[in-house]
Parts: sequence; C-alpha cells; structure tokens
Amino acid sequence: MNKIAEIFQSLDYGPAPESPEPALAWLASKGGKFGHFINGKWTKPGKTFASDNPANGRKLADVTDGSAADVDRAVKAARAAFPAWSALSGYERGKYLYAIARLVQKHSRLFAVLESMDNGKPIRESRDIDIPLVARHFYHHAGWAQHLERELPGMVPYGVCGQIIPWNFPLLMLAWKIAPALAAGNTVVLKPAEFTSLTALLFAEIVERAKLPPGVVNIVTGQGDTGAAIVNHPDVDKIAFTGSTEVGKIIRAATAGSGKGLSLELGGKSPYIVFDDADLDSAIEGLVDAIWFNQGQVCCAGSRLLIQESVEERFIAKLKARMATLRVGDPLDKAVDIGALVAPVQVERIRDLMKRGVAEGGQYYEPDYDLPEGGCFLKPTLVTGVSPSHTLVTEEIFGPVLVAMSFRTPEEAVQLANNTKYGLAATIWTENVNLALDIAPKIKAGVVWVNSTNNFDAAVGFGGYKESGYGREGGKEGMAVYLKPAWEKGLKPFAAPKATERGGELDAGGIDQTAKMYIGGKQARPDSGYSRPVYGPGGEIVGEVGDGNRKDIRNAVEAARAALGWGTATAHSRSQILYFLAENLEYRSDEFARRIRAQTGESLALAQKEVAASVERLFAFAGWVDKYDGAVHNPPVRMIAVAMVEPIGVMGIVAPPSRPLLGSIALLAPALAMGNPVVLVPSETAPLSVTDLYQVIETSDVPAGVINIVTGASAALAKTMAEHDGIDAMWFAGDAATSAMVEKASAGNLKQTWTSRGLYYDLSDKTKFEGDYFLRRATQVKNVWVPYGA
Amino acid sequence: MSLRVVDRPTDASASRPTGPLTPPERNPGFPLDLDWVGRVRMNRSALERRAATIGARRTVKKDWQVAWLLRAITLMDLTTLNSDDTPGRVERLCAKARHPVRQDILDGLGVGNLDVRPAAVCVYHSFVKTAVDALKGTGINVAAVSTAFPHGLAPLSTRLAEIEASVADGANEIDIVIERGMVLRGDWQALYDEVRAMRKACGDAHIKTILGTGELATQTNVAKASLVCMLAGADFIKTSTGKEKVNANLQTSLSMVRMIRWFRDETGIEIGYKPAGGIAAAKTALDYMALMKEELGTHWLEPHLFRFGASSLLTDIERQLEHGLTGHYAADYRMPMV
Repeated sequence: MNKIAEIFQSLDYGPAPESPEPALAWLASKGGKFGHFINGKWTKPGKTFASDNPANGRKLADVTDGSAADVDRAVKAARAAFPAWSALSGYERGKYLYAIARLVQKHSRLFAVLESMDNGKPIRESRDIDIPLVARHFYHHAGWAQHLERELPGMVPYGVCGQIIPWNFPLLMLAWKIAPALAAGNTVVLKPAEFTSLTALLFAEIVERAKLPPGVVNIVTGQGDTGAAIVNHPDVDKIAFTGSTEVGKIIRAATAGSGKGLSLELGGKSPYIVFDDADLDSAIEGLVDAIWFNQGQVCCAGSRLLIQESVEERFIAKLKARMATLRVGDPLDKAVDIGALVAPVQVERIRDLMKRGVAEGGQYYEPDYDLPEGGCFLKPTLVTGVSPSHTLVTEEIFGPVLVAMSFRTPEEAVQLANNTKYGLAATIWTENVNLALDIAPKIKAGVVWVNSTNNFDAAVGFGGYKESGYGREGGKEGMAVYLKPAWEKGLKPFAAPKATERGGELDAGGIDQTAKMYIGGKQARPDSGYSRPVYGPGGEIVGEVGDGNRKDIRNAVEAARAALGWGTATAHSRSQILYFLAENLEYRSDEFARRIRAQTGESLALAQKEVAASVERLFAFAGWVDKYDGAVHNPPVRMIAVAMVEPIGVMGIVAPPSRPLLGSIALLAPALAMGNPVVLVPSETAPLSVTDLYQVIETSDVPAGVINIVTGASAALAKTMAEHDGIDAMWFAGDAATSAMVEKASAGNLKQTWTSRGLYYDLSDKTKFEGDYFLRRATQVKNVWVPYGA
Repeated sequence: MSLRVVDRPTDASASRPTGPLTPPERNPGFPLDLDWVGRVRMNRSALERRAATIGARRTVKKDWQVAWLLRAITLMDLTTLNSDDTPGRVERLCAKARHPVRQDILDGLGVGNLDVRPAAVCVYHSFVKTAVDALKGTGINVAAVSTAFPHGLAPLSTRLAEIEASVADGANEIDIVIERGMVLRGDWQALYDEVRAMRKACGDAHIKTILGTGELATQTNVAKASLVCMLAGADFIKTSTGKEKVNANLQTSLSMVRMIRWFRDETGIEIGYKPAGGIAAAKTALDYMALMKEELGTHWLEPHLFRFGASSLLTDIERQLEHGLTGHYAADYRMPMV
C-alpha cells in the first residue's frame, strides 16, 4: 500500500524534525572547542571536557574546564570594568540590555536549537518558552536600569557578582542572573553548568555584538571546582546561585563571614493540589505542564500531587490516560512532549532513587510504549499508594516522576503541602475563588499558581521559602538582591563596651527583683538554675538575670512556633498592639531611663533620649504594619500576579551589646510588625532594660509566645538559635566571629540571616532603620498567580 | 454514576444502514440529570492555555501532512448557507463534493484510487432536494439546517415541521440550532425537552445540535449545553452556525470534546463533534484533528464522529496537497472552485 494511503488510515504522527545544521555549523565555526569569554575576549581553550548531546550521546563540543587562575582573571576583568559600568546612567545601561534582548530575538532559533541539542529539552519548549522568556527578561530589566534610582533610592550595586547556574534552563537561568545584575550596575562572572555551557558561549557572542564594555560580562566554563573558585574568590562581592539545596548549603557555609551578598534558588518538592470542584481535565493538563515540562527537571515542578479523596479515582484514571498520549522522543522533533534528560548520570540517579522507592512500596504506572534507544530517555511515571514517609515523597527526584497522595479536607491539604523542607512553589486547582485565596497564603512557598502552573515572567518575583532558598529573581524584589544601601560601605568596626570588672555587691535595699526568662507569655526560671550578674559602670552589680542555655532557647522556640498565628492576625490588630506597647513603655519612661543609666552610666538625659527613641521606633513600626504591603504585577498573560508580603516565621534576634533598650526595640519592632514571633536575646551586658519590658508586654495585649526573651551569653545562645531548625530567620548584632558562626550554622535549614559582622550600626539613625531596611529582612514575598476569564 | 437508558431502539440495529457515516451504536438519549449538569466545571484560562499549545505540541509534515489533509476532506460537511444561495450554487457545491481534489493531484500522490470525498453537503432546507439529486449514488450525505437557522426562534411546531420536511426531502442529517436563551436562563429542562422533540422528528436522520457557542457567554455554559443535548439524544454536538460573532475555536472545542469524553465514560456512547465557522486554513484543520486525536483518540477521526463544517477550507487543503506533490506553492484559482 502507498505510504500516504497507509497514513491516511492510521493517522499516525510522523517525524517533524527541526534541523540541527545551523547549530552544528556554528559549533564548527568555533572549531568545536571553546575557551572562556573574559574581558571581552576569547581565551585559548585550556584543559577541556566534552559537552554531549544527551539524546544521542554524540559530542557537540569541547569546553574548557576553568581553573582558579581563569576565575581570577575573570574577576579582575569584572573588577576593572565595574567603576565605569556602574557610573553609566541607567539609560545607558538600559540601552545595552535592550540591545541584548533584540539580539537574542534575532538569533532565537539558533539559541533554541543549540539549547535543545545541549540539554535534551524538546524544541517546542526551548523555542516557545525558554528563549522568549530570555528576551523578555532583558527587555524588562532594561527598564529597571533606567528607573532604579527612583524606585530603589539610596541603593548601589554590590560590585562583582559571581553567578553559578544550573543545567535545566541554561540560557534562561543565565538571563535571570545577568539581566538584573547588569541593570543594577554590577559586573558579572558567570559559570554555566558543565553539562550545558554552549548557549552561554553563544550568548557571549551576543555580548560582543551588543558592544558591552569588556569585563562587564565574563563567562567561565567549568565544573564544581570552577564554581568553588568563584564562591571563594575574595574579590567577589555577591554570589547568586541556582541549583541543588545541597550545594546551596555548602555555598552558604563557604561564604559565611565574608560579607558577600548571597541569593539562592534551590530545590523543591512542590505540591499540586486538586480540589473536587476543579476543572479536572484542565488540572490534568496543568499536571503535564507541571511535572513533564523539561522532563521534570524543574526546581518548581509540581511533583507531589495532592488530590481530594472524592475525585481521586476519577482523576488518577484520567491522568493515566493522559500519560499514555505523551510522546517521548528526539528533542529536535517538534511534536515531542518529553525529550532527553540532561546526562546519563541523571538517568542513573533517578533509577537508583526509583529502586529505593520500589523497595519501600507503592504502585508504579508508566505508559506502555517503547523509548527511543541510545539517549537519556525515561518514561513518565506515576507513583500512587505512598505516604509522606516514603522516600519518593520527600526527596526531590528531578525527573519525570509524579507521586500522588489524597487528602480529605482543605486543612489537610495545607498540612500535606507544607510537610516538606522545601518551599518553592505550589499549585491550587479549584473553581472556588474563596477556597483558592484561603489556601494560597497558607502554603509556605514563594510562588503559588492558581488554576495554572509553571508561569514565569520577568515582572514577577520567583524564589523560595525554607530550604528552597532566598532572594527573588524578577520584579522589584529581584532587583533588590543586586543592590545594597550606599551607606553600608561607610560602616566602621564596632568597639565593644569595655568589659566590666567583676566586683561590688548587689544593692540589698528594697525588695529583691528577680528577672526570669519570658517564654510563652509567662516568666520562666532559667533551665540552668544559674543567674548572671549585671554590672553597672563602676563594676557594681546592678541586678541579676537568668543564665539562659540551649533548653531555654528550645522552650522559647516552641512557644514562638505556637504563636505563628501572629502572622495571620489582621494588620490593624498587630498595629494596635505595637502602639499599645509604645504607649505603655512611655508611661514608664523615667523608670526605664534610670535603668539604662544604672547599667551604662550615661547621663540621664541621654538615657531618656534612648527611651524616647524606643517609644518612637515602636510607634513607627506600628504605623508600618498596614502599609508595608505587596503589589499587583502585570505579566503578559491574562492573569494577575499578586505579590504578597508575608512574615518569614519564627525569628531569632540577638540584640547588640550597646543601647540596652533601643538596641532590642529597633530589631524587635520590625520583626513583630511584619508578623514574626520572636525569640530575643537582649544585650548580654545590659539586659535589664529588656527584662523590665516583661510587665510592659504583659499589659499591652501581646499574645503569648509572640515575644520570647532569653537572657544570657550572646554567642552561646546565638549558636543554639542559628542551629535551630525551628527558627526561620536570624538577626545577630555583635562581633564578626559570632556573625560568621551564625551565617555558617544557618546553612542547616537555610534560615535567612542578617548580621552586623562586627560593624557599628547606629540603630538610633531613623533615616536608615525606621523603614524598609529591616522590614525587607523581616519579610518574604510570595507571588500568587490568578488567571481570570469567565 | 450509572444512568438508566431510555428509549434504546430495539429494532434498529438490524435495519439501520452501515457504513463510515454510521456509528456502531446510536445515542438512545438519557434522562436529564441536573445533578450531573451542576457538576460541570470549565476553566476558560486553562482551556485557552491548552488550546494555544495544541498546534505547537503536534504537527505533521510531508507525507503525514498530505495523508492527514486527505483525511480531513473525508471529515468535511461541505457547506453553503447563504441567503443568496440558488439551486445552481448548490449544484456547483455538489459537483465539487463529487470531485473534491483534482485527479492529477491524487494520481501524483499515488492515491488515485482512495475514496476521498466529503462526508456530507450541508444546505438550507430549500436545497435538500437539489443536493439529494446532485449527489445520487455517491454515498455523500445531505445535511440540512432545519430549525429556523440560524436563530432558532420560530415556533417549535414550525421548526419540527421543517425537520420533518427536510427528512421527507431526503436529508439524512439534520443540523438543528438550540435556543441560546434557554442556556443563558439555565432552563435545562426546556432545552432538553426541545432537543428530544427534534430528535424524535429526525427519525433515522442523524441530529447535530448547534449550540451557537459564541452566544453562550461562558465555557461552563457551553459544556452544560453540550451535556444536555447529549442526554437528549444528540448524535453530534456542533459549535456554531457561522453567523455568530465568534465561531468555532480550539478552546471551545476542548470544552465540548471533554464533555463528549465524560459522556462516553459514563454511558459508553460515542458522540460526534462538529466545529463550524471560520475554519478556512489547512493548518487549522490539522490543529483540530490533533486536538481530537489527543483528547479523544484517533478513533474519533472517523466521519461518524467528527466533521468540519466548512467551505473554503477545501480549496486551501487542495492547494496544500498540490504543494505536497510538487514542492511548489499553489494558487487557489487553479483549483476548481467550491
């Protein structure tokens, strides 16, 4: 039978190949071998490794394995380029970004084909999603370059940014890193992932053609050691990393105490929640975009299906039917849904994980068709009959594997959704807007998609909660991570107050005052059973406080976690309480002033000033509660993206040694205002001003557990707090060594940190500290995407 | 959910004609299930997203494209529904239906012996006789739009009489229009009753229910109306008259074919789908076919389960076929006009 006649009967899909020739020709024009792009020039290839096409195992090119010396040359070039680049007007920088956007569009198909060949993703995705988003990112940030000064006044670029990107969206992640960095006025040393360097190298040609000044963008290829050389380079001012949580933690520890800025976009195990009133067929299609997009190699992949029990059976049946029509095959075939995984080692890793999963039980479904031979192909897989204790439910698989569990109630859906160390993204399907907008804020994730999934846009921040990292990419939040306040460079080292000699006696007049800990709304004796003396300026003992230990911190964190509802109290009611705190503190101004004077020996006038400043600070943040809020973004689709400002969670605060009252209030007030319950360690040397606050707190309607106070040795308590997985963010004001320790220990659960690094922050300075400096650090932005259309 | 089957014809299976235009089992109709209707949910944004990627996720090239386009011709209700139609115009349409593709193109493609002809010709009632005569012996069905097309607002008795007249004239397919107001008012019982009455009037002629989706306001309304028509005994559900401001499109098609799928899952009965209005390009036709194949399976791309309501589409397909044969781009004036 004639072939056409046969197809006329079968209606099969035939091959629909995109030609690899232009990309191969480009590689050949480079001799198939690449050096780095440093200071606007191509270096000679050094020691190289092969970059293969995962769909067929064939080598595409040899890429140089960057050495520490290469990285150093690149950093030097970036450093040299920084002054002139950052001094350009925003308009001038914006024009360069615009030129890059245009050039990416002009060569979009070459980028797409090269990306699919290097990475294995279907050409449909690289052509219709990755590359258009790259261009969009540069367009968007061209505007930011110009409007920065107005929108983020007083901010300056970090300097040289070291950027390390993953292999799942090679060029898109490059764009997410480079566009905001350049817009802000930084210069860049970027390392693409070792599996996927090629589009970054093609991008370097775009940089040349856009005539960017030499050294503004440097591309150094290489493997893990190359990345480490960037992270550890002393002249790099900021590290931006996208990749695994494991490596993110190593980078956090490695940069501790260095003063480098850090933003991390890490792993996920994002829930995909389907309620029984959803458009189930559309939710199925969404799931295809959630977990079988890019072979499931997506940090925000909807990899944990949570389906309401009442529709579970029907939904799973529909899902299996849909899986059977997914086409796995040549990434350059235009009608393929699932291409090749990035490298054989990834296929092995997933197979190993699946073996562990199978040993733990569950039902496994994969469609009944053959895979192409000779490439890194895997079938889409559905795992049912599993529970939160199953390895495949907890571990990020980073492949085309979906795990499914059911839930009974919206509350249980939220519990299951949040039952993970990650917090990158979540998807909610329901036709009930009330339900959707009830669930979205309750899920601990940086991005929530309602009735849609995997939406990305340059105007909308993307990034995680919890161990999915911190910092945002896209939007104003994304710009903020490439900028810092101009005044930070002028900070001077902090001279610690002279240690008071032991001696003197506690004044025995009057009734004994015994300050305990303040935990869960009650005064609690220190676990240790020890007290520590508080000395006055002359070395006399002016009081005693409990000597807090690990267990007091533990108890305080328990109490604070029980009080997380503080974050969902209405802004108005939180505001009222902060105002009331201010009111009740002022009522006792004289007493607090005398206490400050007793501990520090400063004049009564100065002490009174500190109390007044503390009252004013509480007042200021009481006023901020209902004003520091979010935004509604305009992505280029029919959706609104609501940027919600949310508290981070339980915050640990170690107050500076100086300014016994204001030092604590200045940090406490913004944390409370934004809805975070706090565990506060007051000044080690002058804690009485804070222990005196207990009665003020008790008379101000502060809910139990919202403020917890543990007195004692700052460094020891800071360590326990920094290591505590129940603390979500930590601020430490004190010496450099303890600051570094806090940052290093924070890697355990990737809590967000602010430390003073031994520098003197004059917390009485209203211009710096009465506004968004601490508000921003007390919050995280969640973007909720809501489509509309009747 | 289990549904009670009503008025399942007991004698039909033996006497009914068989062929590519005839389903193995005709929809007998089912009781109106308002609980089911109430559970229908369609999310427009999600449907649009899926619709927008169908053509990007699936494409056919070279021989496959040629074969699919030949198949598209067999899925066509070649249509003329204009106020200025005349018997002469209808005869020309029927002539084109008999020879939809230039023989030299078919021969060149090596499929000269393949039976590539539209499933039906679709006309106003006045031209049913003309069409029946013109198509005698071809096996091509004659479809009539017979219920006060396109508005459907004549008295029910008039409309039923029109159906009966068309059937009497030899139409073997009747495209009825529903009263859009019933959907907008949520009067599902009235819609159900009316379609049942029309189905009865059709007798052995197959009934396609035109929803006028462009006037139903929401995708959920489209889906609910689809379900009510299927429960009432529709053999096909069809999008548009071609006279609404918004004709057939892929997202509305998704709403309808997903209801067809649900109906099949619950009842075992397969209902046909007919997008109509504005489908003029070969590429568009391929997108619809990909949508059907993806959502309902290849099986649904049979003339008894899928039709395009179209006229100028045929010429564009013919041009693409010539291009497939010669590799040169073709001009429409070189194709015998529809």
